[in-house]
Amino acid sequence: MVGQMATYSTSEFKGGLKILIDGDPYSIVENDIVKPGKGQAFNRVKIRNLKTGRVIDRTYKSGESVEAADVMDTDMQYLYNDGEFWHFMHPETFEQITADKAAIGEAEKWLKEQDICMVTLWNDAPISVTPPNFVELKVADTDPGLRGDTSSGGGKPATMETGAVVRVPLFIEIGEVLKIDTRIGEYVSRVKD
Amino acid sequence: MKKPDSGHSESWRPSASLDDLKARASLLADIRSFFSERGVLEVETPALSHAATTDPAIESFVTQHRGPASGKEPPLYLHTSPEFPMKRLLAAGSGSIYQICKVFRSEEYGRLHNPEFTLLEWYRTGYDYHEMMDELENLVSGLLEPYIQLGSSERRSYAEVFQVYAGINPHQADLQALKKCAEEHAVSIPVSMLEDGDTSSKDVWLDLLLTQIIGPRLGKDKLTFLYDYPASQASLAKIRQENENGGGEVAERFELYLKGVELANGFHELQDHNEQAKRFKAEVDRRISEGRPAIPQDEYLLEALEHGLPQCSGVAMGLDRLLMLATGHRSLREVIAFPFDRA
Repeated sequence: MVGQMATYSTSEFKGGLKILIDGDPYSIVENDIVKPGKGQAFNRVKIRNLKTGRVIDRTYKSGESVEAADVMDTDMQYLYNDGEFWHFMHPETFEQITADKAAIGEAEKWLKEQDICMVTLWNDAPISVTPPNFVELKVADTDPGLRGDTSSGGGKPATMETGAVVRVPLFIEIGEVLKIDTRIGEYVSRVKD
Repeated sequence: MKKPDSGHSESWRPSASLDDLKARASLLADIRSFFSERGVLEVETPALSHAATTDPAIESFVTQHRGPASGKEPPLYLHTSPEFPMKRLLAAGSGSIYQICKVFRSEEYGRLHNPEFTLLEWYRTGYDYHEMMDELENLVSGLLEPYIQLGSSERRSYAEVFQVYAGINPHQADLQALKKCAEEHAVSIPVSMLEDGDTSSKDVWLDLLLTQIIGPRLGKDKLTFLYDYPASQASLAKIRQENENGGGEVAERFELYLKGVELANGFHELQDHNEQAKRFKAEVDRRISEGRPAIPQDEYLLEALEHGLPQCSGVAMGLDRLLMLATGHRSLREVIAFPFDRA
């Protein structure tokens, strides 16, 4: 569909708004109005490049317009990886999309088949993938826990079935299923069947 | 498809804590006792008026009264400051007065702006603007004492801070020099200001440098008064012929900064009604040239000035910002019970 170019005026700026700058899609992280008592108002914004994740500062004269970026966050089910691309499916329309390594980024190590992820689409193409906040993963490898160890402070590394390495308590064994917080990459609990 | 909202909406709740609301109540009580001890009279003036500020940088909320001639009534404006009617009281012989009121400014909403906010405004007859700064310093130091430790206050001219932090003379620099200065200091310049045919005035460039380079460095751990603004930014202040530093005109206007946040703006008040009428007209003309609605100027104010405004100084201070700094918060949301999005 070819429509008129959508724009946002600075008065519409707010956190989460998706705008297009120098050809890249950005999300507004923080919008500050800076206005000397009696003078020209400016919008000072922190914006995150949705492709690279880099956050930069920009200043606008209040009243200016900025082109809108056609960016949409969509929940999709992760299907499989074919060695080069990651395949996702919309759970209601069954429409499938493929994401490349650049779009998957850090999410790769948390992706388990069947899990619902948030896929960010720009002009209908995926540019980033956010795993669920909590995932349940099986321990693929870890050192055996030391019986009678009381210095429980440290824990030990465990490699999960997806390849992620997480610090877990000493009593965790290979084959157990753990709940992990993907936002901080930390162990939450054991999952009982 | 949107992510499902987890849990109930909590937006009916206040965004400020009860402790911060108590701090607000005691701030208001302390201000009233400060002025009561000094014999300054508390007054109230209309929030809804037939005239409004013509200041091109301030936008009023417009509404209408539904009377018998429904539809024919002229627009009414919510005040953006109580300045005009307070000056009418002064001209009528009130003596020194103060007011604490809600004011309304459209198009101002952000971390440090709420479209409806609480203003303290007061006028002192017989005071020049340095005496007014003295009183403001006394008031604010006292109000902040229970909360934060401040070093001794400082007063710096607009020219001095531009020289120190931007290395430029704001009164003499031209557009090219200001632009070069912004680039040298790695200021993020709005794209439109770099385009050919940009009509941004010198004041816009000065405002850019002030807000990006200078303002954030003012009042780190003390009250910093900035005074003697360019005459082109006089607003309602008297203009004085400067004899030092190669002459030129400056406006007898000041602002108070704390922790990089602008808290108050004051004037040695303009008394000349002809000059006031001229400034009104220039502002209305600028509005029209920018394709914005003309605003009815306050004829009552002009009549009051013609009758005679006593020599006086006035200052307006944002109380939400003061409370925010006192309580160590970063956003006005944390000190306003129901900010704009929850109002």
